Amino acid sequence: MSPKVFVAVALAVAGAALVWIAVGNMGSNLVYYWTPTELTAAGEDARGATVRLGGMVKAGTINWDQDSGVLTFTVHDTDADIPVRATEMPPQMFRENIGVVVEGTLGDDGVFTSNRLLVKHDAEYRAPHDPKEADVEELWKSLDGDS
Amino acid sequence: MILLFIGAGILALCCCGGLIAAVVLISLHGFGPLGRLLILLALTAAAAGTVTGYAGGRSGSPKALKATLWLSGIFAGAMVAANGVMIYALLARDFTVAYVDQVGSHDVPNHIAVVSLWSSLEGSILFWGAILGLFVFAFLATTARVREHRDLIPYTLATTMAVATFFAFLIAGPATPFETVVPAARHAGPNPLLQNHVLMIVHPPMLYGGYVGMTIPFAMGVAALMRGRLGAGWMRPTRLWMLAPWGFLTAGIVLGGWWAYEVLGWGGYWAWDPVENASFLPWLTASGFLHAAMLMERRGLLKAWTMVLLMSTFALTILGTFMTRSGVFNSVHSFTQSAVGPTFLVFLAIVIVFSIALFALQGHMLEADGSFKSMVSRDSAYVVNNLLFVAFTFTVLLGTTFPLITEAMTDKKISVGEPYFNSMAVPVGVAIVFLMGIGPALPWGAPSAEKIIKTLAMPLAWGFGLLALGLGLGVREVWPALTLLAVGFASAVAIRDMLAPIGAVQRRWKIGWAEAAGRAFRRGRRRYGGQIVHLGVALMALSIAVSSSYRETDETVLNKGESAHIAGYTLTFTGVQKTQEPHRQVVGAVFEVTRDGKSLGTLMPKMNRYTGQMRPIGTPAVLSRFHEDLYLSAMQIDDRGAFAGVRLYVNPMVYWIWIASGIMLLGCIVAMLPGPTKAAAMAKPSAGGPAPTPAEAKGKAS
Repeated sequence: MSPKVFVAVALAVAGAALVWIAVGNMGSNLVYYWTPTELTAAGEDARGATVRLGGMVKAGTINWDQDSGVLTFTVHDTDADIPVRATEMPPQMFRENIGVVVEGTLGDDGVFTSNRLLVKHDAEYRAPHDPKEADVEELWKSLDGDS
Repeated sequence: MILLFIGAGILALCCCGGLIAAVVLISLHGFGPLGRLLILLALTAAAAGTVTGYAGGRSGSPKALKATLWLSGIFAGAMVAANGVMIYALLARDFTVAYVDQVGSHDVPNHIAVVSLWSSLEGSILFWGAILGLFVFAFLATTARVREHRDLIPYTLATTMAVATFFAFLIAGPATPFETVVPAARHAGPNPLLQNHVLMIVHPPMLYGGYVGMTIPFAMGVAALMRGRLGAGWMRPTRLWMLAPWGFLTAGIVLGGWWAYEVLGWGGYWAWDPVENASFLPWLTASGFLHAAMLMERRGLLKAWTMVLLMSTFALTILGTFMTRSGVFNSVHSFTQSAVGPTFLVFLAIVIVFSIALFALQGHMLEADGSFKSMVSRDSAYVVNNLLFVAFTFTVLLGTTFPLITEAMTDKKISVGEPYFNSMAVPVGVAIVFLMGIGPALPWGAPSAEKIIKTLAMPLAWGFGLLALGLGLGVREVWPALTLLAVGFASAVAIRDMLAPIGAVQRRWKIGWAEAAGRAFRRGRRRYGGQIVHLGVALMALSIAVSSSYRETDETVLNKGESAHIAGYTLTFTGVQKTQEPHRQVVGAVFEVTRDGKSLGTLMPKMNRYTGQMRPIGTPAVLSRFHEDLYLSAMQIDDRGAFAGVRLYVNPMVYWIWIASGIMLLGCIVAMLPGPTKAAAMAKPSAGGPAPTPAEAKGKAS
């Protein structure tokens, strides 16, 4: 094997290995943007995956225990409710009927554990309205810039 | 020739017509029409310059060259003037100008009004045009005047003007900021996040300087390919023209991270966000190019590869513009969904197709002048360096574009998490730092094994020394440990490489240390610049490794007068401070900070409520100490001052990242300084300059 061929083969192998590692690595680090309805529909597949759950905070479900630092609430859309457990302080604007995005994973007990809680920020003030899927789309987008 | 006359005719018409119209328009309609007129002038000059440039490149006609120089100057002047008009309109709050109506406000101070120029889509593209104009001016004043390069200048300017035509077209049409409108009833001013910090004033111009500046080296590369003449004589200025935007881009990226750190309040500076990646991608390929270009200049190797990196860098700046400006990723950078996004995609496609076609037609001209002598030499270290930069680019590009492709094909929204980027970037980054030491340590050509061992022994010892120090301080993880080894090794090589010539000069001329240092520095500014950059990179790698591996975070809610002990610091909440500014209401929570009984002063993280905005925007407070930052981010502040909730981060060595970037910039400036090295290069005949090419002969015949 001439040195030139050797180098070419070595590069091809290294390149293929890089693509293999990168693609495999990426597959295990995907973050899914789901609504409560989609998360429920995904069923068992959703367990353990990193999810950005976008929806509205259901009225009357917020419970923050300041001593233990545990915050629980329910995120909902028109068809599904997902109970969420967070270990962070609720942000300033966090309240009932507000759009939120919660990043975390769905546990075996059906409770969504949050690693990050973001409240929608809006350029213009709008009165709270019925949760619709279109809003969630827009909501995700509005939050991407926070990270 | 006919084209030339057409161009000159259009130019003359524009000049006379423009002058008369400007006077009439200002008196009748304010600044909108004048701005539009200047943009049309810029567009016409750029389009005409493209035509005369290519014609001049083919025919070699001095008249065509002259016309192209003039048209380029007119484009640049008109673009800069149009920006002046917009700034004036922003300051005058002339709300009949569409862009002023969009981002202007009586509530914001004047310096924010000026900065609003680049706070939204239309203005930022206009500003883009001004920066291109300034780069064109600089090129006309320097490289374009060198007689040796006269055959390459028309093609370079033609390509630059082709890019300019695209941007002038955007400003004239799809993204026009100068439209005359009926003013809206209310003016909220620019995005509050952009009003929050002084870094926002400098970050965008730096980044634009980086993005836009890469047009010039790209155009120089295109010119070399079109002529089929790519020697060391042309490579030197091309590399120099890449060095300037590389420095701007470095500053822009770091300032962006710094801004995120000081303003966004999540305690970090880099999140592999698509817009961050968009600026990092061309930086990677540009860094690869700066190295490949040296190998090409020195040894005549990897010509085609160097050109590929050059073209890719430019294509990636356009891709980056598309990603940040089209609204496909929503962020503080993307403004509204607009028709401009797809236009960038079309332009990107044109750039790629054009580059590939150019390679297919002219690539055979790029034969190497030398050959690789040994697998273990500086030559091959450069090659491995380039492969690593490309691997880095590939992984970041894959992770950044994959969600876009998935969404376009399946309509499912996903993103690639930070762990992917970190797991790929850390090994490649450490390898690059390690190689940064190997490359300069190894001689060119084919060194003997004995020499290799001798030259690497001392720096390796330094690397292990730093590693031992780290282990002593409690480093236990693999990657931070390897980073320490690589950083110690690479910085030892850089320092030796800087000191060795001084010693040699001292011995040779029997002079004092300071004089010898001065002589060595004057003789080898490029080497010193490069090694200073390497030291900056080593410090940055160290700071990033430490700050990302050993950061502590906690959160607490304190009632007034209460204290909390976190990570060695004692925080006491003493109450709130409220201030009312014209455009916002600021509520700050005041914390007294002590450590080991000693007061470190007060920190005041804030919540800002902007007029017309629903959610308040927090501003973190940072206390920078020598080895770590104490970073407080307000989560909740009670308006009456009864309680405040904060998240606290202890970030080691973050401050050193900013210092490291300063060192990198210093090195970049040193490498660009004109000096005897450049004069010597001018005197030398270009190594790769061959006899007239077939294209040249054909050009003369027609």
